[in-house]
Amino acid sequence: MALLVEPDFGTPKRETEKTVTVQINGRTITVPEGTSVMRAASELGQDIPKLCATDMVNAWGSCRMCLVEIDGVRGTPASCTTPVREGMSVRTQTPRLEKIRRGVMELYISDHPLDCLTCAANGDCELQDTAGEVGLRDVRYGFQGEKHFAEAAEPKDESNPYFHFDSSKCIVCSRCVRACEEVQGTFALTIQGRGFDSKVSAGTASDNFFGSECVSCGACVQACPTATLMEKSVYDHGVPNRSVLTTCAYCGVGCSFKAEMQGDQVVRMVPYKDGGANEGHSCVKGRFAWGYATHKDRITTPMVRDKITDPWRKVSWDEAIAFAADRFKSIQQKYGNGSIGGITSSRCTNEEVFVVQKMIRAAFGNNNVDTCARVCHSPTGYGLKTTFGTSAGTQNFKSVEKADVILVIGANPTDGHPVFASRMKKRLRAGAKLIVADPRKIDLVRSPHVSASHHIQLRPGTNVALMNALAHVVVTEGLVDEEFVAERCEEADFARWRAFVAEARNAPEALSEKIGVDPQTIREAARLYATGKNGAIYYGLGVTEHSQGSTMVMAMANLAMATGNIGREGVGVNPLRGQNNVQGSCDMGSFPHELPGYRHVADAVARGTFEADWDVTLSPEPGLRIPNMFAAALDGSFRGLFVQGEDIAQSDPNTHHVTAALESMECIVVQDLFLNETAAFAQVFLPGTSFLEKDGTFTNAERRINRVRPVMTEQSGLSEWEVVARLSRAMGYDMHYSSSSEIMDEIARLTPTFSGVSFARLDRDGSLQWPVNDKAPNGTPTMHVAGFVRGKGRFMITEYVPTEERTNRSFPLILTTGRILSQYNVGAQTRRTENSRWHETDVLEIHPFDAEERGIADGDRVSIQSRKGAVSLPAQISERMPQGVVYTTFHHPVSGANVITTEFSDWATNCPEYKVTAVQIVRSNQPSDWQVAYEEIKRTNYRTESEPAE
Amino acid sequence: MTITVYVPCDSAALSVGADDVAAAIHEQADMRGLDIQIIRNGSRGMCWLEPLVEVLHDGVRYAYGPVTGADVPGLFDAGFLQAGRHDLALGPTDALDWLANQERLTFARVGVIDPLNLADYQEHGGLVGLHRAIAMQRSEIVAEVTDSGLRGRGGAGFPTGIKWKTVSDLPDGQKYICCNADEGDSGTFADRMLMEGDPFCLLEGMAIAGLAVGASEGYVYIRSEYPHAIATMKQAIRIWEDAGLLGPDVAGSGRPFRIKVRRGAGAYICGEESSMLESMEGKRGTVRSKPPIPAVAGLFGMPTVVNNVLSLATVPVILAKDASFYKEYGMGRSLGTQAFQIAGNVKRGGLVEKAFGVSLRELIEDFGGGTASGRPFRSAQLGGPLGAYIGEEHLDLPMDYEGLAANSAMLGHGGIVVFDDTVDMAEMARFAFEFCQIESCGKCTPCRIGAVRGKESIEKILRGEEVARNIALVEDLCEVMTDGSLCAMGGLTPMPVLSAIRLFPEDFDRTPAAAAAE
Repeated sequence: MALLVEPDFGTPKRETEKTVTVQINGRTITVPEGTSVMRAASELGQDIPKLCATDMVNAWGSCRMCLVEIDGVRGTPASCTTPVREGMSVRTQTPRLEKIRRGVMELYISDHPLDCLTCAANGDCELQDTAGEVGLRDVRYGFQGEKHFAEAAEPKDESNPYFHFDSSKCIVCSRCVRACEEVQGTFALTIQGRGFDSKVSAGTASDNFFGSECVSCGACVQACPTATLMEKSVYDHGVPNRSVLTTCAYCGVGCSFKAEMQGDQVVRMVPYKDGGANEGHSCVKGRFAWGYATHKDRITTPMVRDKITDPWRKVSWDEAIAFAADRFKSIQQKYGNGSIGGITSSRCTNEEVFVVQKMIRAAFGNNNVDTCARVCHSPTGYGLKTTFGTSAGTQNFKSVEKADVILVIGANPTDGHPVFASRMKKRLRAGAKLIVADPRKIDLVRSPHVSASHHIQLRPGTNVALMNALAHVVVTEGLVDEEFVAERCEEADFARWRAFVAEARNAPEALSEKIGVDPQTIREAARLYATGKNGAIYYGLGVTEHSQGSTMVMAMANLAMATGNIGREGVGVNPLRGQNNVQGSCDMGSFPHELPGYRHVADAVARGTFEADWDVTLSPEPGLRIPNMFAAALDGSFRGLFVQGEDIAQSDPNTHHVTAALESMECIVVQDLFLNETAAFAQVFLPGTSFLEKDGTFTNAERRINRVRPVMTEQSGLSEWEVVARLSRAMGYDMHYSSSSEIMDEIARLTPTFSGVSFARLDRDGSLQWPVNDKAPNGTPTMHVAGFVRGKGRFMITEYVPTEERTNRSFPLILTTGRILSQYNVGAQTRRTENSRWHETDVLEIHPFDAEERGIADGDRVSIQSRKGAVSLPAQISERMPQGVVYTTFHHPVSGANVITTEFSDWATNCPEYKVTAVQIVRSNQPSDWQVAYEEIKRTNYRTESEPAE
Repeated sequence: MTITVYVPCDSAALSVGADDVAAAIHEQADMRGLDIQIIRNGSRGMCWLEPLVEVLHDGVRYAYGPVTGADVPGLFDAGFLQAGRHDLALGPTDALDWLANQERLTFARVGVIDPLNLADYQEHGGLVGLHRAIAMQRSEIVAEVTDSGLRGRGGAGFPTGIKWKTVSDLPDGQKYICCNADEGDSGTFADRMLMEGDPFCLLEGMAIAGLAVGASEGYVYIRSEYPHAIATMKQAIRIWEDAGLLGPDVAGSGRPFRIKVRRGAGAYICGEESSMLESMEGKRGTVRSKPPIPAVAGLFGMPTVVNNVLSLATVPVILAKDASFYKEYGMGRSLGTQAFQIAGNVKRGGLVEKAFGVSLRELIEDFGGGTASGRPFRSAQLGGPLGAYIGEEHLDLPMDYEGLAANSAMLGHGGIVVFDDTVDMAEMARFAFEFCQIESCGKCTPCRIGAVRGKESIEKILRGEEVARNIALVEDLCEVMTDGSLCAMGGLTPMPVLSAIRLFPEDFDRTPAAAAAE
């Protein structure tokens, strides 16, 4: 499509039932009460000139361009700051107004550089447009007067890798400052000086953008009406001339973006205001870190090799697919049908995932399919399905706007889910209360204008104990929502649960020592959550990646049901899902025991519909989970693996064990953008497509199905689903699609919760939240409204069982892991962008006391030793950590965070216990043995045959 | 018997050596073995007589001034403790024309009492208003203030009672009383004099306001340039807290009210109420757009009464004596009294509290004694740096809100700055823009850039460059600033500029040659 210019109504939409009817230029319009005159006029199609107003932030009233005349009102009020009143009669264009507007514009231009034709914003400048609109023809003051900028061009602030700041172009509209405050909530920007000396500043005058608190979310750049804050890519390439609406491929928030293009060149990614997940906001990853798609490391030609130490050989698609199919078939002949399997990716589209699991079930003839959700949110699926009946979060993101008490457990939204964090912080600034349960003092605990009422700094591994203690307070202090429970939940289960949590051993006082938090804090937090009106739980991997991950999910569901915090806006139990399509990949039947739509493979009726549609007999036996695949590989019964866009060698726990398993297999096929860590052990590499080349859908953490549209052709020449279909055919199962839209039609046909979904429908409506079916034709923003999906909510007994991973004298500290804003997951994408400037290496965060005891100074290299292995990293002394707990991220492969993690896992789903590893830390001046070996593998397993000389 | 001597502690007196005088009086009394007590009172408002020393003799206060430390031994020699004759003797203070011709209601105690002596305060009529208010319904207090006709003394002249009613009628919850003591207008000092001379009066007015609207917290925002006023107010608050007049139970009313002092950071714009609120919230002092008005969403977004020091300090007398007493003073819709502050090129500068309707001529000539230079009067600026200049033809105008507005002038905060015939009115117009440039918060464009371009354009006129074209441009700019500015800073800067152009066109009639010849 041509360049999509979204309408800007000047001030935010008001959400109220009450309406007001006014006359603007003689036309009548009815708008919600509190709407500005500016917005009302704009909705009428009668835009009023403006510069400081934009509908992403509240009215400010400084530019004085938007003045209007109102009958019976003295003077010329600003339309942006004047709310409509019933019966008001407004004129937006009169000779007096024209004169004022021209006079104000004359002032602006008298203080503006006159380099429009060579300016980066030429063609995309609101100052330029408005000057034209008001008919400025002369600047009678001349251009010799004082300027807010030095005549000898001041150097621009180029410190940020993605945008520049050119103060000379600034008109001091404060849109950037307000966007930073109101939209992003970081408060990094301010106006320095006053009067004519007012200047936008990132922190103090001596700070630059890179050194400031700025998190590069891009909201300021988007808000800027001139070239003051401008993407460097626009500066380099010029303004874009076409747009493609698509969805970000980073985290589970699933932000909608306009890819703004020139030809096949992405000029910039701009968050889309109509995107349901992000409503026009973005973070540094989605907004700026897309350059990996054209990074030189990208592999676009299929490659094969006989042994993993051989150099890669570039081959045609046909040869690669035949190579893979032959190997898989011969393995199956030798070792049996179940000797191969595959892993689907949470980074790929629903359609791509669907065809991979279909290939495994139909072409491989077994159910050996698993997905990376195994290692992140599998307990969410299990826990929420058991208690509520659906393996998904209960709310949409917008729901947080109605929450009164927000309980964040084991999640670090400002780093992991930044755009949702901004929405949450906005609500917190408006008065909602916050409880954070996390061993680490995450930013939300105390950040500008946000501070947690309670920070429950629990010991890693004691989540369930904490939930039981909270529930104990609810039950024993009479805080149960008896009416809700009686009406909506299974009576016997509740009675059993009530008796269980009421036991004295579950009292905060009894569990306090284990949890490491004083009982009073726990009691107060429980009362706040239970009595603060709408209580909403948001959680992340700090909940699931434990030996009791599933128990913990059920414990949260219990608490929400007991307090009646389910089934309406503002409440709920909400997983903040890690990957862009982790919800979708689970929905698409990526688990060894479940067909698409979470139906058990043993369910003959469900299986029958697939068999009929696919014209094949399906196995009723659940297949292998990822850890089982590794174990089976080591015992020799599992020999071939198809890995779609996942880097198990880096992301799965106990690296020694994983790599041994991978080395023992005969054929590993990796479908990916880059030669990742797993590719070191692969015999076939099938180049994948980046999100900029994909045509399909992603489903985010709020069950929102968003369209992903290609902005450029596949770099490898084939879409991923086509590659899988070809491999499937080569394996002997005839799989054919002419487009990914056809795949979605099949998904809709076979999956009741998706029955109303089609590309045509999504293209029309923007996005849909499943279930989308006859009962909910427009989707389901809030789940379990009238009743639970499983009928009645089910309380589950959640006995606290400490993990077997214990500290002792040799391993006295607990290591826990997490992520950072600028990097994403295993870093395959972000490490190939300028984002690495914010986080060049993983570090070990350690409490000052623990550091001092070990003679460790900030920046010292330290060795982290667990029962499983050792790596070395630089130490960062940090009071975010409690004593006894250390922390690191796993964005860089050489850090080898998983070399030290153990194979302990969730009892129900095998989700690894990444969050608790007993370690010792000592000073060290060298890389660990594993790190030395890793560098060796880098040299041996990544070679590519040189092109033959011409 | 102990003899009482008054030496003011007002900043105006301190700036000309009042502390030295007090020390010298102590020293002389000690040396001579005389039993005296020195009371540090506020100023009587006769700035040219400061330090003005008074002696209480036979129940009458006798004035001497201006006194220096060096004069003190001579005063003792002359028996001033017994009202003895001396070159500096002025006779009984209250009989001085300056004071005898005033109608002091708001300033009744200023200069008379010991500012921090609660008993003294009560002996002079203090707390009567508060006690009466406590016995009244909230709506009755608001009605009393409304009936009195009291209008905002900060300059805008908005009826105080109506503002209070808006806040009072809003649902109960956190509400605030904010006293604007950021007295930044050049030539004004009434707020400071009151805070230094009768701080309890302001506290009483705020407490009554709190009772009237249901506010439990009050703030006094005082400019940092007023260190003595800040210190005095803080001490006064402590004294009131100790006496149970502020705190959880105001004077036995069962209702809480607390007051805190907030210090400004040196920005003129923070005298504008919304900038003041921003500053009090710890933010940059920039103007808020309205609506909402502070009465609905003020400090921290809560309903807030923002009143000037003088408005609040006038409330106790209204409550003590009732509305009908107060509205007996004044004229038309300008009821009660106004504290005029006479400054600039004037023989006798100081504070004159008179009922509305007094003429400028009375103030400048009778009270002020004409120009200090002795040269002919040419102009005066009324109402601070954003106020209009007037000419000789306006001297007989009665001073009231409407009358001045009808003559394109304004009363503002009651400041009058006098100029003789050597003033260059084009230079004053330039200064008006320059002042705006320096003090603009920078939020709205007409003010932020307009002030700079206005100054530059007047400078072109001063240099004789395209005079007619530039005057027309300045007039256009003034229209944009008047109609387009966000607050009175940019909106009123055209007042001095246009009044100067209108009344003194000859000063703008520059030619390049004339400019060069100067």
